[in-house]
Amino acid sequence: MSGPQILLEKEDNWETEMGAWFAGERVVFRGLDLFTELFDKSWMETWFFAITGRWFEQKQIELFGRMWTLCTSYPEPRIWNNRVAALTGSARSTAMLGLSAAVAVSDAKYYGGQANLASVDFIKRAKQWTVDQGGNLETMVLQEIKETRQIPVGFGRPIINCDERVPPVLQLASELGFDNGPHVKLALEIEHILRDTRYRAVLNIGGLTAALSADQGLSPKEFYQAASVIYSAGIMACYMDAESKEPGTFFPLRCERVAYQGVGARKWKNEEKQLE
Amino acid sequence: MSKEKKNENKEAIHSKIWKETPEADNPFAAAKCYCSGFDVYGDLLGKISWVEYLYLLFKLEPPDKQQAALLEGLAVALANPGPRDLSVRAAMNGGVGGSLTASCLMAALGPGAGQYGGARELYLIMKIWESCGQDLAQWQNCLTGYEKPDDVKVWPEVDHIPGFDPYGSSCATPVKQVLTYLAEISPGNSLNWLLQNREQLENVTGHPLVMAGVAAAAFVDLGFSDEQAEMLFLLLRLPGAAAHALEQRHNGLAKYPFFADGLKLLNDPGPPQKTDGSEEQA
Repeated sequence: MSGPQILLEKEDNWETEMGAWFAGERVVFRGLDLFTELFDKSWMETWFFAITGRWFEQKQIELFGRMWTLCTSYPEPRIWNNRVAALTGSARSTAMLGLSAAVAVSDAKYYGGQANLASVDFIKRAKQWTVDQGGNLETMVLQEIKETRQIPVGFGRPIINCDERVPPVLQLASELGFDNGPHVKLALEIEHILRDTRYRAVLNIGGLTAALSADQGLSPKEFYQAASVIYSAGIMACYMDAESKEPGTFFPLRCERVAYQGVGARKWKNEEKQLE
Repeated sequence: MSKEKKNENKEAIHSKIWKETPEADNPFAAAKCYCSGFDVYGDLLGKISWVEYLYLLFKLEPPDKQQAALLEGLAVALANPGPRDLSVRAAMNGGVGGSLTASCLMAALGPGAGQYGGARELYLIMKIWESCGQDLAQWQNCLTGYEKPDDVKVWPEVDHIPGFDPYGSSCATPVKQVLTYLAEISPGNSLNWLLQNREQLENVTGHPLVMAGVAAAAFVDLGFSDEQAEMLFLLLRLPGAAAHALEQRHNGLAKYPFFADGLKLLNDPGPPQKTDGSEEQA
């Protein structure tokens, strides 16, 4: 048994290079003085600095900000995470509870956090396989499908096989000169490969933003963390909309809208009462 | 199309758990609610215990006497991890700062979900049970050079073997007490197997068993799936977080640790220089 030695060493002893507050005096943020050295930084620049420890160029910051305006700021209360905020508003709970609950729900498999991380992970592996190691892209993509039994994350879209956000974000990338990076080029090549297979899957916005972000040097984890709050504008809009209307009126469900598929009516028998 | 026909075509929530019949005067008010066929307010109320109802909700069948007793014991064992636990501390931070009541509970779920002492650790232990069962050789093989399933990548790397305390000296008394008691009343064999093999497993890992390890064996004996166990572990540990958060809300900031002398900044640039070369004053 190794014992509690490390806990004894850490007791009242948190060693860090991330930063600290010197009460009434100053704040240090990753080795820089907040009030002087970060004085002219935008919140977005600081957000990326907090996550990566690196400063990004203005054009990159503009890319991140504008692509998230275009692709994740839908004030659409039927989308699952937004709906949490709308329900919170309809229940007359608070805006911050609605926002934080909806952000938590955004850590999802089919969209949001888990999908974001997996998208960057895949496109970086694709680059490693092809650009770095000279492998064949189609072989890699088909092998990925065979192993995971699904279309790579970042491609395909349920219900409709197109993504309305891809053209405007590609236009943005083009305007800023980011449409030629190796990950974006690979993403577009993979789309062509998948279109010719029986999967007929298109590049979706998660795949494109993952590729754009990978081209800016973000790791899968950094992209996941940076993208954690990008749904906030749509979420808050949905909260406010529901909060401004009659309480409990956000898509009310009558009793019959619960389609029961379980066992029939039965009585709780005496022998089923377990704890006397 | 008639109004009734329209209703038939409306999207619905599909459930094997719950059925409602409406009041005659209001389709949005339930007259009767059935949980897996049992009339909740007309039959179960007054007959069923909280843990029996919990079991019914997840398993859709009533527990037998032993199953209910085991879940009851487990619920008591998990209800309050105490104010030093990471999830309870998060809830107390909400309380002491005057956060909303819901904020405190939500705060508890953050660390309470984790792979170190939280529900994801329990989930990972459930995965080991699924692959190793009660086969000691398989457990030894799995725990030696443990690798977690690579199914959901957002979780950080696991830096200890799930179910065992990386900072423990020996198996904590409450863990042994809970394991002994639950093994005694369990209708299954997993808890008893763990009781018999605890020391051997601890020798393999070099670390003592933790409460989540006992809880996982109990969930296996109760027949819960890994995701059901993860969800119940989150839920069953909330009462303590809730009570401690309210306690600290009333105690206030002054009586709560800030670790005033506890932080050591390793890259402090010092106060910024003024343009004349002198340091800025506080």
